Amino acid sequence: MTSLSLIPALPLLGFLVNGLLGKRLPHAAVAVIACLLPALAFVLTLGAFATLDATGQPLTDTLFTWAATGSFHVDAALYFDQVTAVMCLVVTGIGTLIHVYSIGYMHGDAGYARYFAYMNLFLFFMLVLVLGNNLVVMFVGWEGVGLASYLLIGFWFQDPAKTAAGLKAFIVNRIGDTGFLLAMFLLWYYAGTLDFQAVNAYFGSTPPAAGVMTTIGVLLLIGACGKSAQIPLHVWLPDAMAGPTPVSALIHAATMVTAGVYLLSRLSGLFVAAPDAMTIVAWLGGLTALVGATMGVTQYNLKKVLAYSTMSQIGLMVMACGLGAFSVGMFHLYTHAFFKACLFLGAGAVLHALAGEEDMRRMGGLARRMPFTFGVFLLATLALCGLPPFAGFFSKDEILWSAYASTNGSVALWLVGTAASFLTAFYMFRAIFMTFFGASRVDASLAHHIHEPPASMSVVLAILAFGSVVAGFIGLPQWWRELLGVTAPFYDFLDPVLGHTPLRADVAHSTEGMLMTVAVLVALPGIALAWLRYGRTPVQASAAGSNNPLRQLVSEGYYFDAFYDKVVVRPLGWLSATFLARNVEAPLTAVTLLQPAHAGARVTRLLARLQTGGLQAYVIYALIGLAIVLSLGACNG
Amino acid sequence: MIHRYEFLLALAVGLFALGLLGVMVRRNLLVVVMSLELMLNAVVLSFVAAAAHTQTLHGVAMTFFIYVAATCEIALAMALLVLLVRRNGTLDLATSQELKG
Repeated sequence: MTSLSLIPALPLLGFLVNGLLGKRLPHAAVAVIACLLPALAFVLTLGAFATLDATGQPLTDTLFTWAATGSFHVDAALYFDQVTAVMCLVVTGIGTLIHVYSIGYMHGDAGYARYFAYMNLFLFFMLVLVLGNNLVVMFVGWEGVGLASYLLIGFWFQDPAKTAAGLKAFIVNRIGDTGFLLAMFLLWYYAGTLDFQAVNAYFGSTPPAAGVMTTIGVLLLIGACGKSAQIPLHVWLPDAMAGPTPVSALIHAATMVTAGVYLLSRLSGLFVAAPDAMTIVAWLGGLTALVGATMGVTQYNLKKVLAYSTMSQIGLMVMACGLGAFSVGMFHLYTHAFFKACLFLGAGAVLHALAGEEDMRRMGGLARRMPFTFGVFLLATLALCGLPPFAGFFSKDEILWSAYASTNGSVALWLVGTAASFLTAFYMFRAIFMTFFGASRVDASLAHHIHEPPASMSVVLAILAFGSVVAGFIGLPQWWRELLGVTAPFYDFLDPVLGHTPLRADVAHSTEGMLMTVAVLVALPGIALAWLRYGRTPVQASAAGSNNPLRQLVSEGYYFDAFYDKVVVRPLGWLSATFLARNVEAPLTAVTLLQPAHAGARVTRLLARLQTGGLQAYVIYALIGLAIVLSLGACNG
Repeated sequence: MIHRYEFLLALAVGLFALGLLGVMVRRNLLVVVMSLELMLNAVVLSFVAAAAHTQTLHGVAMTFFIYVAATCEIALAMALLVLLVRRNGTLDLATSQELKG
C-alpha cells in the first residue's frame, strides 16, 4: 500500500468510523475525524503532486488483479498524472474546507455523524473516480458518487420532497450511466482494453470508422451529461438543492458535477480522433451554458440561482472540451471550484442566519447586517462574472477565446458563450441586489436572529474568497503572458497530457485582446441592467413575475420537468399500474416463485410419507440400503 | 454328506434370517427383542463354527465379547421396554409411532 492508495483510503476510514461508531462518539470527535482524514488525504495529494512535478512521470499503483478472463483483464489500479493531480487537489482541498465549514453549519443537527460519514464516503468515491487507471475503476467511483449524492440530497429524509429529489438525481444519473456503460462496451470491443492510456493510444493511432467514433463519443457525452447536469439530463441539479447547503457546495458545484468534464478530458486522445463528436460536445456545452443562464434569471430561490449558474458554467467547461481546449476546461473547473464553493457557502451563511429561508424575495438589506458574508459573496460573484483580475476572468476568457479561435470554434459559438457571460453577470447581480441591498424584507420573527457565521465557517469563506481572487494568476492568457513576459504554470503543467488548444491558422493574437475587452464589456451592462431592475427599484416581497409566456417558459425550466413527467414518468406509471402489474408481474411471480414452491411442497409431502415413525419400516430401509451397497460392490468386483 | 462346518454356517444364516424377519414383521415388542437376540446368537454361532474349523481362539474370544455386550444390551432394552409398556399400557409396537413426517 503506497501513499497513492492511501489518498482514497483515508476518507473511507473516516466513513467507516463515523458510520459505525458515530452515534456513540461526541460531536467534537466526529468532526475531528471527518475533517482530519480528508485533510491528511490533501497532504498526501500534495506529496504526490510534488513527486509528479519533480519527475514528470505519472505515479501508478496496482492494488490487485480485479478480473482476468480470456483477453479481458482489469486491474484495480490507481493512476496519478497531471490531470488527476488537478482533480485530486481540488477534490481533497475544497472538500476539506467544506468539511470544516460543515462543523458550524450542521451544528446541532440530529444526523451529525451520519452527515459526516456520507460526506467522507462521497470523497472516497470521488477520489476513486479521478484516480482510477481504467474505465472500470472509474465507473465504481462514478456510481459511488451517484450513491453518495442520493444519500446527501435526501439527507433530511423525513421530508418526502427531499427524498424524492434524491431519488430523482439517482435515476437521472442512471440514464447517463447507461451511456457510459455502452461506451465502455464499444471501447473494449474495438480497443480490447479499458486502460485510459491504452484506449487513448489505440483510438488516437488507429481509429475505427468515423461513425463508430461518433457513436462512442456521443455515448460518453451522455454519461458526462448525467453527472455534469448538461441538457437534457440537467433536471436533477436544481432539485438537488434540497440537501444541506455544504452538500450543494461540495457535490453540486465543486466536485461531482465536474466528473463529466474530467471524463471528457481523460479520454481526450479518443475525442481528438472523433471530430463529429467534438462538435456535438461543443454545441451541447454552449447550449447548456446559455439555457442554464437564462433559467438562472427567473429564479427567486437563492440556491437555485446558483444551481443554474453551476449548470451554465459546467456547460462552458464541456464546450471547452468540445473545442479541443481540454486544459482550458480543466482550468475553468479549477477556478470555478473556488468561487462556486464560496458562493454556495456564502449562501449557506445567509440561510444559516435566516433559519433556512431560501427565497430572495424575503431577504434584502443583508449587507448591513452581514458585511463579511456580503464581502466574500461579492468577490466570488465578481469572479464568476469574469471580471478582471478575479479567477473566473482568466479561465472564462480563455474558453471564449478558444470558442472563437480553435479549429473547431466559430463566431456563433463565441456569441453563445458571450451571451451566457452577459446573462451570468445579470442574474448574479440580481441575486446580490435582492439579497444584500434594498430594504429588508425578512420576516420580523427572524430579523433579530441575523448574525455573521461562526469562526469555523467564516475562515473557510475567507480562504475560498481569497482563492477566487488569486487562483487565476497561474493560467494567464497567452496575450498577457507575452505582454508581461511570464509563463502560465497551469497550462505548462497539463501540457504533457492534454496538449495545446488547436488554433486556426488565420487568427491573430491581437484579436484575443479585443475579444477580452468585449467579454468584460458585456458583463458591465449585465450588472447595470440588474441594478436598474432590482437595485434601484425596491423588490416586492410578493413579486411573482409577469405572466409573459416567454418568462413563464424560462422560469418553468423550459418545461423539461413537465415534459419528462408527461412523456416518461406518467406513461410508465400508467403502464405499470394497468398492464405490467396484471399481465406481467402476476404470471412472472407465478412461474418464478409460486410454482417452484408448490412443486417443492408436493415432493416434500411424498417424501414425508416414507417417514412413518415405525421402527420396522426403518429396518427395511436400512436393509434396502445395505442391499444396494452390497450389490454395487459385487458389480464392481 | 454335508460337511459339519458348512452345516453350522447354514444354520447360522437361517437363524439370522429368522431373527431379522421377526424384527421386521412382529408387532409384539417382547418378540422383537427376542428376535434381536436370535440374530445375535446366529452371529455367535458362526464365530464358534469358524473357530472350531480353523482351530484358533479368535472366534471364541469374540464370543465372550459379544455376550458381554449382549448382556448390557438386554439389560437396557428390558428397562426401556418396561417403561414403554408402563406408558402405553400395551406391548404393541404400532402405538409408538409418534416421530412421523
